[in-house]
Amino acid sequence: MNFQTVEGIIGKHQGKKTALISILHDIQDRYNYLPDGALRKVAQRLQMDLPNLYGVATFYKSFSLTPKGKHSITLCCGTACHVRGGPKLLREVSKVLNIEPGQTTPDKTFSLHAVNCLGVCAIGPVMMVDGKYYGEMNWVKARRLLEKLNNHRGGRKV
Amino acid sequence: MRKIKSANDLENWRDEILARQQQYKTVITVCGGTGCQAYHCQEVKKAFQKELAKEKMGERVSLKYTGCPGFCERGPLVTIFPQDIFYQRVKVKDVPLIVSETVQRGKKIDHLLFEDERAHKKIPSARDIPFYRAQMRLLLSNNDLIDPTRVEDYVAKGGYQSLAKALLQMTPSEVIKEVKASGLKGRGGAGYPTGKKWENCRNAPGAPKYVVCNCDEGDPGAFMDRSLLEGNPHSILEGMLIGAYAIGASQGFVYVRHEYPLAHKNAQTAINQARRAGLLGQNILGSSFDFDVETAKGGGAFVCGESTALIASIEGKVGEPRGKQIHTVTQGLWGKPTNLNNVETWANIPLIIRQGSEWFSSIGTEKSKGTKIFSLVGKVKNTGLVEVPMGITLKEIIFDIGGGPQDGKAIKAVQTGGPSGGCIPASLFELPVDFDSLSRAGSMMGSGGMIVMDEGTCMVDVARYFIRFLKEESCGKCLPCREGLKRMGEILDGITEGKGNGESLALLEELAHVVADASLCGLGKTAPNPVLSALRYFRPEFEAHIQQKKCPAAVCTPLIQYSISERSCTGCGACRKVCPTHAVEGEKKQSHRILAQLCSKCGSCKDVCKANAVMVQ
Repeated sequence: MNFQTVEGIIGKHQGKKTALISILHDIQDRYNYLPDGALRKVAQRLQMDLPNLYGVATFYKSFSLTPKGKHSITLCCGTACHVRGGPKLLREVSKVLNIEPGQTTPDKTFSLHAVNCLGVCAIGPVMMVDGKYYGEMNWVKARRLLEKLNNHRGGRKV
Repeated sequence: MRKIKSANDLENWRDEILARQQQYKTVITVCGGTGCQAYHCQEVKKAFQKELAKEKMGERVSLKYTGCPGFCERGPLVTIFPQDIFYQRVKVKDVPLIVSETVQRGKKIDHLLFEDERAHKKIPSARDIPFYRAQMRLLLSNNDLIDPTRVEDYVAKGGYQSLAKALLQMTPSEVIKEVKASGLKGRGGAGYPTGKKWENCRNAPGAPKYVVCNCDEGDPGAFMDRSLLEGNPHSILEGMLIGAYAIGASQGFVYVRHEYPLAHKNAQTAINQARRAGLLGQNILGSSFDFDVETAKGGGAFVCGESTALIASIEGKVGEPRGKQIHTVTQGLWGKPTNLNNVETWANIPLIIRQGSEWFSSIGTEKSKGTKIFSLVGKVKNTGLVEVPMGITLKEIIFDIGGGPQDGKAIKAVQTGGPSGGCIPASLFELPVDFDSLSRAGSMMGSGGMIVMDEGTCMVDVARYFIRFLKEESCGKCLPCREGLKRMGEILDGITEGKGNGESLALLEELAHVVADASLCGLGKTAPNPVLSALRYFRPEFEAHIQQKKCPAAVCTPLIQYSISERSCTGCGACRKVCPTHAVEGEKKQSHRILAQLCSKCGSCKDVCKANAVMVQ
């Protein structure tokens, strides 16, 4: 893999160590995960020990060291979503995709994330699909959405 | 953009902006907050653009994306000025009608107005809606009027005038004196007096000094910081500038959690604009004060809302907190004096400087001054952000502003203070909302989440939820928090699965006290609060799980059963079609049945049943 872009990303943040988390976010946005080669480059440029950098990359939940799926499904597990049926929604989405939160389907179509709060509490339960927010979700609506995403690529029925 | 080099420049700039704004006869605002985005407000705005272009009205009508007006549940929200007509749940197909009827002819469109169900009447203006009427919107009032991506909108509303006053007419110690006199306490949760914190930081030896804005807002169920930073980022910058001047700081950081992409983007835009206008940089407004701000992003760790963990995170390290024998005001970022305040605290500063500490301290109660923004969410009719004077009762917030229960079920509690807070039962709803009353009731103000719970909410499940949450978020550094929360979680899991026994509650309480007494940072020290408050007020619910193996709220899956009421079932077959495990049987137009041995308790049947025939026991 060519990590030219990583150079660009580090340059954009002026190689500052304070921007480390932002740099890692940008790398993840670009590659869909944090490739080992990219982390090595960051360590070298920011003059950090690689184990320390791995410590940071694994401490923060937003980062993934394995490639994520094409579609990112994020379910909010905040208190407001919880009391409005969030857990049931997560359980069913997880069951039908056959993966746990934090995992990716073997065909790399879907990644499932459960986050603490998306801050859209007034219209819970909230689900975010590829950066787009959906409020007042229930399992029936969620299934329709997942099926639509899958149909776009002619995949199996969810 | 021109450079603003003096108070005069700022005043002239404002006059020019106001003159330019006058050319518009009508202003249409569309809420662009994250909540309304979930209702696809982007498409509504695009439809307005298209329609206005088609009607060639672009020069007379100003179309604006604004911050969040708070009434998220009714989104997308559109307001037409100067008539002040408030439309809710606006869809793309409504747009041509709004343009032709309201914008061109000044007529109101009935079906888009808010309806007061109790009085059976339509309300055209937002300020007359019960949700807004009882509020005191000092911090949020500009959110629905200004475009957060345009510094001009903020300046037109008198923005940066408090900065000019502080920099050019007051000494740093006068600013601190004013903030101390206002009685403002930190809005992030702990409620430490802001002026005192500033003074401590100013007096701490060492340079450079830093100021930090904490927008990590990790408390689930709270979103006022997101809304403020997203909807009015310049007010936060102005607060930070004034604070930095008072403390003697030269550099600031706005730390935004990764889950708030729009807040981060708008904060960055505001910083860039303020730099271009000379409001950040060197010799600000012609004074000798230099200051700049950068943004920093979080990485999805709750503990980073804690000041020392947040500082470690900005330094590019693992976000672990440290003991607080030495406060951050003495040794913070890179070991230098650092003053950290929450978004809402910073937003109060320009108001205090502009209108004076006497005015500010006249609002609220004796010990809790000013207003507080709450996110009123959960099982209540009107959900959204509400700003109220301190000292208002919980009942007023939940019933007058919130409109009471959502679907006829009785409200039984409200959870405040996030994972460090507790549940307050409905019998205490006459309680005034201020720092002290909430603490006495076993909860806390926290950052302002107010999650309403009704008969359909299981308090054991809520207690388990918070313990699980905190167990996941515990950084693992100290043992009481790392292991204690895990064991508490196991006991609670057992109770919700019907495996609790006579000793469960005593053991749970004992563990709770150990975790609270022996943990290193605030996360662990306050972690048992949700369990202790639930036990204090809702012990019979725990006992029902343990002794009768029943969940009275019908939430805990292992203890519940789904069934279909023969009397109510219309035999439409919707549940049979949707059931993933084929557990529903029945002929068309005849009453259906659920086969308990096949049922996975997913609840899909209940979601689709129009006759309300699916029962959970």
